[in-house]
Amino acid sequence: MNKPVRQLALSDEILMRVEKPARYIGGEYNSVWKDSAKVDVRFAFCFPDVYEIGMSHLGIQILYDMLNAMEDVWCERVYSPWTDLDAILRREQIPLFALESQEPVKIFDFLGITLQYEMCYTNILQVLDLSQIPLYAQDRAEDCPIVIGGGPCAYNPEPLAAFFDLFYIGEGETQYRNLIDLYKTCRAERLGRKEFLRRAARLPGIYAPGFYEVSYKEDGTIASFRPIEEGIPDKVRKEIVTDLSDTYYPRRPIVPFMKVTQDRVVLEIQRGCIRGCRFCQAGQVYRPVRERSLETLQELALEMLQNTGHEEISLSSLSSSDYSRLPELVSFLMETCSRNHINISLPSLRIDAFSLDVMGKVQDVKKSSLTFAPEAGSQRLRNVINKGLTEEVILQGAAQAFAGGWTRVKLYFMLGLPTETEEDIRGIAELSNHIAATFFETVPKDKRTNGKVQIVASTSFFVPKPFTPFQWASQCTREEFLEKAYFTRKAISEQLNQKSIKYNWHEADASVMEGILARGDRRLGQVIRKVYEKGCFYDAWGEYYQNERWLEAIEECGLSVDFYAHRERPLDEILPWDFIDCGVTKEYLIQEWEKARREEPSDNCKVRCQNCGVASFGTGICREPRVTKSPCPSKEGMPARSEEGTVYGPEEESARSEEKTCQAGTGEERT
Amino acid sequence: MNLRVKFRKLGSVRFIGHLDVMRFFQKAIRRAGIDVAYTTGFSPHQIMTFAAPLGVGLESNGEYMDIEVHSISSCQDIMDRLNRASVPGIEITSVKILPENAGNAMASVAAAAYTVRFREGKIPQADLASHLPVFLSRQEIWITKETKKGTREVDIRPGILDLTFSDGVFHMLVDASSAGNIKPEQVIGALLAQSQEACREDDTESLQENALWITREDVYTRQECGLLSLGDVGSATVS
Repeated sequence: MNKPVRQLALSDEILMRVEKPARYIGGEYNSVWKDSAKVDVRFAFCFPDVYEIGMSHLGIQILYDMLNAMEDVWCERVYSPWTDLDAILRREQIPLFALESQEPVKIFDFLGITLQYEMCYTNILQVLDLSQIPLYAQDRAEDCPIVIGGGPCAYNPEPLAAFFDLFYIGEGETQYRNLIDLYKTCRAERLGRKEFLRRAARLPGIYAPGFYEVSYKEDGTIASFRPIEEGIPDKVRKEIVTDLSDTYYPRRPIVPFMKVTQDRVVLEIQRGCIRGCRFCQAGQVYRPVRERSLETLQELALEMLQNTGHEEISLSSLSSSDYSRLPELVSFLMETCSRNHINISLPSLRIDAFSLDVMGKVQDVKKSSLTFAPEAGSQRLRNVINKGLTEEVILQGAAQAFAGGWTRVKLYFMLGLPTETEEDIRGIAELSNHIAATFFETVPKDKRTNGKVQIVASTSFFVPKPFTPFQWASQCTREEFLEKAYFTRKAISEQLNQKSIKYNWHEADASVMEGILARGDRRLGQVIRKVYEKGCFYDAWGEYYQNERWLEAIEECGLSVDFYAHRERPLDEILPWDFIDCGVTKEYLIQEWEKARREEPSDNCKVRCQNCGVASFGTGICREPRVTKSPCPSKEGMPARSEEGTVYGPEEESARSEEKTCQAGTGEERT
Repeated sequence: MNLRVKFRKLGSVRFIGHLDVMRFFQKAIRRAGIDVAYTTGFSPHQIMTFAAPLGVGLESNGEYMDIEVHSISSCQDIMDRLNRASVPGIEITSVKILPENAGNAMASVAAAAYTVRFREGKIPQADLASHLPVFLSRQEIWITKETKKGTREVDIRPGILDLTFSDGVFHMLVDASSAGNIKPEQVIGALLAQSQEACREDDTESLQENALWITREDVYTRQECGLLSLGDVGSATVS
């Protein structure tokens, strides 16, 4: 209550004119106010999308808390202004400001930008431009903030290399203190921006793109990638937290005034995933699996609920069912929450007797739907992508769910996966049909609510990502994608239970562009700039995405869509992200790519170590004894991991559907 | 037992809309650990009623929220806890226990008091104060009201209960009931329109957008004895 009355950056006139002025005023409960005269380093943390999306992101909340725990640092937040305010800021030349102090970003020491999805790259240029910071790192003067990027897309930072001074590869908890100390030393000794960046490049996990050069072969592939100075490392190894129970976690997360996508306490129960689905980048780069202790989570849950007043808590992880103490955690939460009228949302749970029992207790069965993510329609293709979910398990789960009163099922699939045939696509329709049939077999006529079942099958288009076994795969063209979607629709319409099945598919254009940016090299920097100069941003929002502008820009830069998207890369090609060491080795990825082509699944980390290389971090599951030491089963028999499926809470689904409209989803968040 | 909570909304939080203020209090009440009552059913929510919604951009010294609680220690304690769980700009200024027969905050609203100033650079050339006596002597003041279905002519004169001007500030007491709610800008707009009647047509000025700085001072209910502040209903001590 003793915060001073803040001067807002925007006049009442402007705030009354824009949609949702609460996006720009800051001052939320638990936001941090410091005396700028008493801190040494000002850090602006940016999520380059609109406030409601950005405020829902856990990563920024963690780093905000960590940086503000440092007495000499004040970390504030910045989001992309919506298009209405964007126009006003440009016209009136008002510099973009941070929410807490309302002061211009350009006076800060650091501007940290989280890179969560490729289609927000133009919004990064929007934020830099509105902040009145030169877009290219090489044009920045001594007094410009140091622009540093991090997050999942930093695992291939090359398309953005020209716009950033530094990238942070890996989990932010470990090196920011060292980076800030280095900054303070360089400033005290007046060593200048370049020397600071040079020294920062030697810190673990820090990549300073300006100290590397790339040369290209005549065919457009990379000939060499190397540091241009002595003492700059050849490879940058990701940073990770080794003990998740003893690290920063925001015990007082900010409580927004307005409704945001994730309007609840988020409890991160573990990092990483044991599953190793071959399309999933998160499943590889966040390895190894590290769990938080049950005691830590219980304490965090109580404290965060008390400190925020939220009426809902959600578990966060790539695959919650794999958390070893899940039953204890869930029963603890159910007990605490029922006393205090708090809802529990349990995303990414396998559908089995345990999860259905829990879901039945924490949500209204009639109103909610269950979600399975088989990702592919046939067992053959599920083996290719290493998604160990069998039809039998899905049908069993669905039967149990229907018996428990659920009548709505959502199914997520991908189209355009490597080796996909028409047979695999038809499998999507057949599986949907079997699930509908299961309802009619399981539920007697007199017990059917409304007499029917609703199956919603959704397909997204496969986007190959760096550091996955599919990083060499060619991506389908827009036309191929659409053909597959029409084929799916036709196949569904031929099913006996077609009236119970609804089919949705995603836009194809943005999926191809996402793929180009995901696996792009430095030359794409000029494309991003050109597209931005043509007036594009908020590309992650379907209504603002302009495919024509992107295609024009690629052509104007003398580059080709085919080169980046639609060719299979040879194994000996130097990939733009090869200089990053994310723990999993290239040998392992090659081995998985070959197994995929042999339609052979791999065991998960709990069953049998696949020697992915991440054991070199010496932490998490890599240090634990395995369940069995049996050899990898042949392609006929499915390994022990196969009882999975995914169930999302009702709130989670609404959040997801919002997510889907604004992001070209790749299915990474699903298990 | 029902409590009436009076609060201010000042500074940057004036840009928080009414629904978000409700959300804010739902969470603040949990943080404050108040023994609030919930509705029954599958998705229970706190039993809570707000008096007249305040428009975005307006400040207020007199906002009201009624909540049902199972138990309290003292009104002072509730007020202190809520203030500790609040943000700068939202300040709880009183908590009272409502008598059994009191109507809820929303249903009770009859009138509201506002202070209104012109923002710098938006002051009209006409001397509005000099037109005030004539304005108030009129039997009818017809204005055009924008509604969802189009426009409608309404007479706001009966709803203007009091209107004075001193030191550059208008003080007004107007109807705030659901049937006859009047907005301060409608009153000032009508006053400005009257002052322009003598002007040549190409010389007239109308109320500029966002020209007024409006603060709601209090909200009133109608009792037999006349208007009573919502904050004067109930008692501050546990009986």
